Amino acid sequence: MAFFQMKKMILAWTFRKPITTKYPFEPRKICPGSRGRLDIKISDCIFCTLCAKRCPTQALDVDRENKKWHIDRLRCISCGYCVEVCPKKCLNLTGDHGIPTVTKDMETF
Amino acid sequence: MGTRTIIPFGPQHPVLPEPIHIDLVVEDEKVVEAVPSIGFIHRGLEKLVEKKDYIEYVYVAERICGICSFIHGQTYCQGIEEIMKIEIPTRAKYLRTIWGELSRIHSHLLWAGLMADAFGFESLFMHTWRVREQVLDLIEATTGGRVIFGSCKVGGARRDIPPEQMAWLLKELEVIEKEMRLIVDIFMNDNSVKHRLCGVGVISREDAILLGAVGPTLRGSGVADDMRLLKYAAFGELDFEPISKTDGDSYSRCAVRCSELFQSVDLIRQAAAKMPAGEIAVKVTGNPDGEFFSRVEQPRGEVVYYIKGNGTKNLTRFRARTPTFANVPPLVKMLAGCELADVPVLVLTIDPCISCTER
Repeated sequence: MAFFQMKKMILAWTFRKPITTKYPFEPRKICPGSRGRLDIKISDCIFCTLCAKRCPTQALDVDRENKKWHIDRLRCISCGYCVEVCPKKCLNLTGDHGIPTVTKDMETF
Repeated sequence: MGTRTIIPFGPQHPVLPEPIHIDLVVEDEKVVEAVPSIGFIHRGLEKLVEKKDYIEYVYVAERICGICSFIHGQTYCQGIEEIMKIEIPTRAKYLRTIWGELSRIHSHLLWAGLMADAFGFESLFMHTWRVREQVLDLIEATTGGRVIFGSCKVGGARRDIPPEQMAWLLKELEVIEKEMRLIVDIFMNDNSVKHRLCGVGVISREDAILLGAVGPTLRGSGVADDMRLLKYAAFGELDFEPISKTDGDSYSRCAVRCSELFQSVDLIRQAAAKMPAGEIAVKVTGNPDGEFFSRVEQPRGEVVYYIKGNGTKNLTRFRARTPTFANVPPLVKMLAGCELADVPVLVLTIDPCISCTER
């Protein structure tokens, strides 16, 4: 039977810096390869609509006639399926998670 | 003998992050009967198969639970692959094993933290979750997501772990293992922890089998039953023995989970050493036609998926039996006869995941 088994750990951590960061004053360390915000290089896009067809949450809308690409940021789940199917590889997921939005508008590229 | 009173426990209760409601019939401070009721967050996922096609449904299956998300996706994919007779590459099998075990480590650490919080040991809770955070970092670096891995797909895996990243992962795991040893030492040996866990909520071997307990709840009662013995993914080529303890109380269930942490680390090391090079996914064509029961060991126990397809891209029937659902009858048995103050500890001892249960 041991009493206060945790004393060693508590003593060691008393003299260490806290492991938590002062977010949002200190920016979050972005992990490479993290699936974050969906980004498009619109100059390479051929508007094939494959991404919009495969999107599991119907967050994407591609306008072939007017050559516009729309995304509903609040619906996108950053699953990366569109990135996988894109034939021109013009879509990619950036590591950051974007800024908060206050409206439900579609973002247009 | 005092008068009988009914005390409602949940669905909103400080100890539970999720809504389960239990009516506790108490006599003085003793619980004589517990009547559970579930269904507060039913999401109708079994109906959703009619709208989402079988490839899109992987994302839905992953979101059934936030903790064992990867294993839900894996179970679903295994079922579909079995129906469509797809042989996935060996490397994908190993990758699934590694991610499955990483998710087991983070789930058990999450449970340990919540348990510490339930018996009022807040500093232990914080330190356990500090270690869990390091595991989540490994998961984020290898799959891209901290909670929803999104790396499993029908036909294999979506991402690869390159050799240099694997070396880094193993090095980080060594650090995590050292930290986990310190934490497990507290859970196993500290007097105040033992005081809350030893001899509380005893469930005998016979009762555990009779009531259909699964996972650590069953193994804590002395039945060495583990779905990983079915040799799915790469478990057929890895060397492991299911861990079981014979006391059947909260302490032995805790001990099973603590030992499984190190077992998982060992399994990841074995898988990393044996993982062959090669493809990580095969191309999938056609639609599933047939039915299959897919059984996989989650951190909480055995999960069963029933999948039925009719040759179209939408499945006709889908059913998930999650481990917490199977562990509710043993929980009711444990609660009858316990002290009122032990109820939060006992509810947590089965590692309840209510979102899983109600789907």
